[in-house]
Amino acid sequence: MGMKLLSSHQSLGANVEVKILTEPFDPWQEIQQFQLSSSAMQGKYGATSIFVGTMRDFNEGDEVTGMTLEHYPGMTEKQLGKIITEAMQKWQVLDVLVVHRVGDIFPDDPIVLVAVWSSHRGDAFDVSRFIMEALKSKAPFWKKEILQSEAVRWVDKNTDGYKK
Amino acid sequence: MSIKVRYFASLKESIGRSEDELVFVDVISVVDIWKKINNEELPSNILAAVNMEYVSFDTLVNDGDEVAFFPPVTGG
Repeated sequence: MGMKLLSSHQSLGANVEVKILTEPFDPWQEIQQFQLSSSAMQGKYGATSIFVGTMRDFNEGDEVTGMTLEHYPGMTEKQLGKIITEAMQKWQVLDVLVVHRVGDIFPDDPIVLVAVWSSHRGDAFDVSRFIMEALKSKAPFWKKEILQSEAVRWVDKNTDGYKK
Repeated sequence: MSIKVRYFASLKESIGRSEDELVFVDVISVVDIWKKINNEELPSNILAAVNMEYVSFDTLVNDGDEVAFFPPVTGG
């Protein structure tokens, strides 16, 4: 698929993989590949929680035609590793896969995948949410949007996902 | 001592470069590095990292450290 893998995986005891990709990816294929390659969890997991974040064609009342995602190589992987380690200390989790895009992204492209395998649904749901919210506030990624009008703007900040 | 300072996203654009290599004689804090480079106070919404870990502005840096300044993160 011509995918360029910027960072391969970080092993944190359990089967944990963090991937930063410069090319479009198929989250369902990533999940399948990861699950097939993780023989240790066969027979052990009763719950898989999957979150996929996708690019919208609108933001803040404007039509958005594309965006560029910048990141801080090295710090991104370090922070995501810390977030996953913290989750694994708080909850019972078997495996975690996090995939995040950088570079040029267009509406309907997947931006982020967080997949969590656990024995029970409570931990799977909670860890998926925990990783996603922590990623939003700590992982050093920045979005620059290209609007329909061809104006370009940096996204100011992420909102708190727990706020109603 | 020699310190690498990096900037990202909108901050990189407003400063007009992605990094500086600085040499200091005395121990210096993150906030003082910013002041030396920009001749202004460090805005409170800017985030700072040393060696890829988030730090408070009063953190002291050591020889060979990589300091980074960037705006609020917007991934996911």
